[in-house]
Amino acid sequence: MMNQTDYLLEVIGLKKYFKVGGRKTLRAVDGVSFYIRKGETLGVVGESGCGKTTCGRTCLGIYDKTDGQVLYRGADVHCMNRAERQKFTKQAQIIFQDPYASLDPKMKIQNIIAEGIRAHKMASGRDEIQERVSTLLKTVGLDPGYGSRYVHEFSGGQRQRIGIARALAVEPEFIVCDEPISALDVSIQAQIVNLLDRLQEERGLTYLFIAHDLSMVKYISDRVMVMYLGKIMEITTSKALYHSPRHPYTRALLSAIPIPDPAMAKKKVRIPMEGEMPSPVNPPRGCRFQNRCPYAVEICREAEPDLKEIGEEHYAACHRWAEI
Amino acid sequence: MGNILQVENLSVTFRTHAGEIQAVRDVSFTIEEGAVTAIVGESGCGKSVTSKSIMGLIQKPGMVSGESKILFRGENILAYTKRQWESYRGQKCSMIFQDALTALNPTMNIGRQITEKIMVHEKISRQKAWQEGIRMLELVGIPNAPMRMKQYPHEFSGGMRQRVMIAIALTLNPQLLIADEPTTALDVTVQADILDMMKEIQQEHGMTVILITHDLGIVADCARHIIVMYAGKVVETGSAEDIFYRPAHPYTKALLAAVPRLDLEQGHLETIEGAPPNMANPPKGCPFADRCPRRLSVCGKEFPQNTRLSESHQVCCWLQRGNE
Amino acid sequence: MDRKVMKKVFFSNKMTVLCTGLLLAVMAASLLAPLSPYDPDAVNVAEKLQGMSSKHIFGTDSLGRDTFTRALYGGRVSLLVGFAAMCVAVLIGTFIGTVSGYKGGKVDSICMRVVDVFLSVPSLLFIIVVYAFMPRNMVTLVLMLASFSWTKVARVVRAQTLTLKERDFVTAAKALGVRQSAVIWRHIIPNLMPQIIVASSLSIANAILDESALSFLGYGIQLPMASWGSMLQSAQQYILYNPICAVIPGSLILITVLCFNVLGDMLQQILDPKLVK
Repeated sequence: MMNQTDYLLEVIGLKKYFKVGGRKTLRAVDGVSFYIRKGETLGVVGESGCGKTTCGRTCLGIYDKTDGQVLYRGADVHCMNRAERQKFTKQAQIIFQDPYASLDPKMKIQNIIAEGIRAHKMASGRDEIQERVSTLLKTVGLDPGYGSRYVHEFSGGQRQRIGIARALAVEPEFIVCDEPISALDVSIQAQIVNLLDRLQEERGLTYLFIAHDLSMVKYISDRVMVMYLGKIMEITTSKALYHSPRHPYTRALLSAIPIPDPAMAKKKVRIPMEGEMPSPVNPPRGCRFQNRCPYAVEICREAEPDLKEIGEEHYAACHRWAEI
Repeated sequence: MGNILQVENLSVTFRTHAGEIQAVRDVSFTIEEGAVTAIVGESGCGKSVTSKSIMGLIQKPGMVSGESKILFRGENILAYTKRQWESYRGQKCSMIFQDALTALNPTMNIGRQITEKIMVHEKISRQKAWQEGIRMLELVGIPNAPMRMKQYPHEFSGGMRQRVMIAIALTLNPQLLIADEPTTALDVTVQADILDMMKEIQQEHGMTVILITHDLGIVADCARHIIVMYAGKVVETGSAEDIFYRPAHPYTKALLAAVPRLDLEQGHLETIEGAPPNMANPPKGCPFADRCPRRLSVCGKEFPQNTRLSESHQVCCWLQRGNE
Repeated sequence: MDRKVMKKVFFSNKMTVLCTGLLLAVMAASLLAPLSPYDPDAVNVAEKLQGMSSKHIFGTDSLGRDTFTRALYGGRVSLLVGFAAMCVAVLIGTFIGTVSGYKGGKVDSICMRVVDVFLSVPSLLFIIVVYAFMPRNMVTLVLMLASFSWTKVARVVRAQTLTLKERDFVTAAKALGVRQSAVIWRHIIPNLMPQIIVASSLSIANAILDESALSFLGYGIQLPMASWGSMLQSAQQYILYNPICAVIPGSLILITVLCFNVLGDMLQQILDPKLVK
């Protein structure tokens, strides 16, 4: 077992509720606990409405928490004073899904990238800032001459590179990648993923990589966390997740992913799920997955399963993991 | 079986303030009756514009060039009058869009939207049309159809809305169904359900389907024939086996290598460097030449003629010109 | 959005070019008013209420002042009051709108209730009453007009701020540790420009109309200074005898206000990012 101090980020019982339409509460994240070690990539997958984006943003303190703790190097992200908070923003950064909405259309590229450098006074004088911006543009594979242009002149993939440069500008050690490739074309997706991979190697970055595309997550992550209705269903290494998934939801999810190979596609057996995902405003009693699970029995409807360690680096929240 | 649709020299341009965008450039292909043909390509390759031309949905500032011909059972539909178009759309050819929420009228209940379409084309009573609507909803797997007919689009979940749209498209038994990214906005598990349902209906009724998508996994799963488009041109056509196991065009090869595979362990993802050309001023030669690892000097000068590699397999690439 | 494309769209639209041209002409004429050989306030009873002639192209008023010269000087006042009132209104409206939208919660509720109150007061009547206690000069007039037109700007700006603050680039700036005031100044306000420009063009039109109405009622610009509104007022007694005295300032108000309104509408279309890609 690893020492707790090796954890860069530790999340304990984190809850984030939103008030919707008067008295109802949307339980976007409902008690999740996990950790990320320094230098690793933790992938987060799940279908829309599972709370993965909310979870990532709450970890960065962009959203206030409802309950629980997010510890970054042992310090509670949500209980920081101004100076600590400012220091934290320099260490932890975010890359967004939509490369169109995440860059200010009224700003030049160099000012977008320099924003963090200025906010943290990491360089003095125009020339030094300029130089840093040029280096950053080169790092993400863009022409340094692009600095004086505006966002609308760039394609989706180039914009995503600019977004990465903006995050890198403050030299962070931890980056939340919030579906950074979902909006991009296939050939561009591979470019961005390889870029993130390279940066991680060069700079020892730690990633929380959120995506709905399990194949890409499996490729980039060391460990993968599967979420459903605001809860963690299973966390394990990406290899084990594909070869020996234990949670019925993980299995159903894996079996739904189309494989780009006609012969394999014909052989594949789908594990069907009943009905549709319930609303996070009104989740089912007991296990969250109980009403769609082909293996559900009495106890699944009664009691909510805890996230149990069922093997080395393998956690699952299922009453019947051993039998199925 | 024979061909239901024959597209010859189709060119579509859009006049914008940024210049004339040549979305589709001199494209020819055929669609076999009773099979699923997929048109694959990245955003901006012209696949959606091609499908809209087949439905006659190109509007100003878009323009279909004079030389273009689209033969539906031998009849050039581009020469249709407004009246002929109206009876063609819906009865002979129908379309499913990516975003069901915008494609359905939010102020009308589902039942009215289906019956309206039936009653425009056929002289039957409202009651009979209503019965037919219920039958269609049941066909696409919507439980509780008689009650659901009275509901409005916002009362359906994303997956159910997509089913409703498919039900509307399938009323009147069109001979040709165009599905433009039918599952892109949906989660993988919902996507798998909908694709299974569509495959079943297609096989049962022997319907002809044109599937527009960027997802090679879906293509492998559903399509018998594949048309690969790049920068407004068809670069390769063939059976699913041809394209996946014997790809001939460097772009097709690169595209297949850039997709992460769940079922394989991959050390490194291949990428296609660079970006697709600007369609306001497309290159004279092969549009992929700039990104092609096996580029010849002739590639930049002239677009290669079609090379027939086998009965089903055709490619536009200078590297294959000698193999005929 | 591309500036070049925007320019192209702007100049390809005949209405916008026509309105801009007319407005520029009215403004230029007003600015060049001192070139006229006549003093706008000089009384010459001997030549009163003359019709159109080569000496006075649009005739004279009841005190023998040249109508055309007076209309030009009046235009200076009307346009100045309009611009000044718009500037004050836009400043206040933008400030309150952005703060209200960005802060949300209690601040937002309070600001928006204040706006509601201002919108439910009959503005002209209120100004007339307040005038009884205030010095009657141009500054008062501008402030009074602005105090009722900032509400419309504030509403538009707040609505837009609400959507802007949820955009990812604002979240990104916050995550980078950029100060709140800097986020508003650098990210929110530049992206509000289309809305602000449209609101100001409509706001000028309104201010000019209100100023004319007040002056016509004798509460706006004080004699002998001329504005289009006060010219209308002095012309009304003689409207049957010498209609040209009323027609000139009246049509100037009509043209100016119409142009600003049409321009506002057109700008809304041009600056809407959904329409121009």
